[in-house]
Amino acid sequence: MKSRLNDWYTRFLLVALGMGLVLGGLMRNEAATVFTKASRICLECIGIG
Amino acid sequence: MAKKRYSDKRRHLGQGAWTALTNAHFAGFVSGQIYTGPLKKACVPGLNCYSCPGALGACPIGALQAVIGSAEYKVSLYLMGFFVLVGTFLARFVCGWLCPFGLIQDLLHKIPFVKKIHTFPGDKWLRYLKYIILAVFVIILPLTLVNVIGSGNPYFCKLICPAGMIEGGWPLVALNPELRATLGHLFIWKNVVLALMVVASIILYRPFCKYLCPLGAIYGLFNKVSFYRYQLDDNRCISCGQCRKACGMAIDPVADINSPECIRCGRCKQVCPTEALSAGMKVGNGEKSNPDALA
Repeated sequence: MKSRLNDWYTRFLLVALGMGLVLGGLMRNEAATVFTKASRICLECIGIG
Repeated sequence: MAKKRYSDKRRHLGQGAWTALTNAHFAGFVSGQIYTGPLKKACVPGLNCYSCPGALGACPIGALQAVIGSAEYKVSLYLMGFFVLVGTFLARFVCGWLCPFGLIQDLLHKIPFVKKIHTFPGDKWLRYLKYIILAVFVIILPLTLVNVIGSGNPYFCKLICPAGMIEGGWPLVALNPELRATLGHLFIWKNVVLALMVVASIILYRPFCKYLCPLGAIYGLFNKVSFYRYQLDDNRCISCGQCRKACGMAIDPVADINSPECIRCGRCKQVCPTEALSAGMKVGNGEKSNPDALA
């Protein structure tokens, strides 16, 4: 029973942590950096730059 | 007891459908231009190069390097949160079902070869290489090898990632004469890496996932705590070894049912003669008969 509760708490905390981190990243406007990189051809990825 | 066989057809259909859905900018494969709409702010869960002409989302490993290699940020909360969320819900289910490069390797492994290799001496230790690649090429080098304005290169994408070549490099270079005019040593190097990976994928099952993929390394850390998990019913298991023999990732599900190496392909479940293995989204620890097995 204790193991099950620990497991549940671990996942609940991880989901809360994940959501908090994503929100923190969005507030810091990190998505704009992702967009800037992803919306242009990545020359490194395709073996040119 | 009759020996049960496994089939990957349902999984391949799922992988194909997901790949088509997340690479649905079909016009890009004609025009040679990539999608530039707002969906590119979000990441897809698998290794899907954002320079693939069809890609609608961003590659999480490329995005991580872009953010921590930028002059503005040295830590990416956005990507860390993304990895924690995807890992907590699905973990390496992504590798088995939602990764386009995983599908490519699966299909390559169907090509006949004189002797397929299941495992080899040193296989276990070589699996740690993906963690070194994650640390060195995805995190340390983009953070530390920076130019005068503080920007670093995405070294994993630049020097290693074969997915970028096959998903982005080949179609874009084929469709854009101006890109073809700029090809050099790096293009040759990345094609050599891709060729090695293609040959290795024919002989071994999913060599990139086993030894090189930093995304698999991250998701593997969540296999033991994720909602989606496998269960082993000890009361039903007869230790026949069929699951171990069927496992393409060369792990023993009975010894470690939620191993970090397990990509949740489901073969072990299919071949189990007593149906001792099952899978699903679990809120509890997922063990029916042995609650401490995951501890």
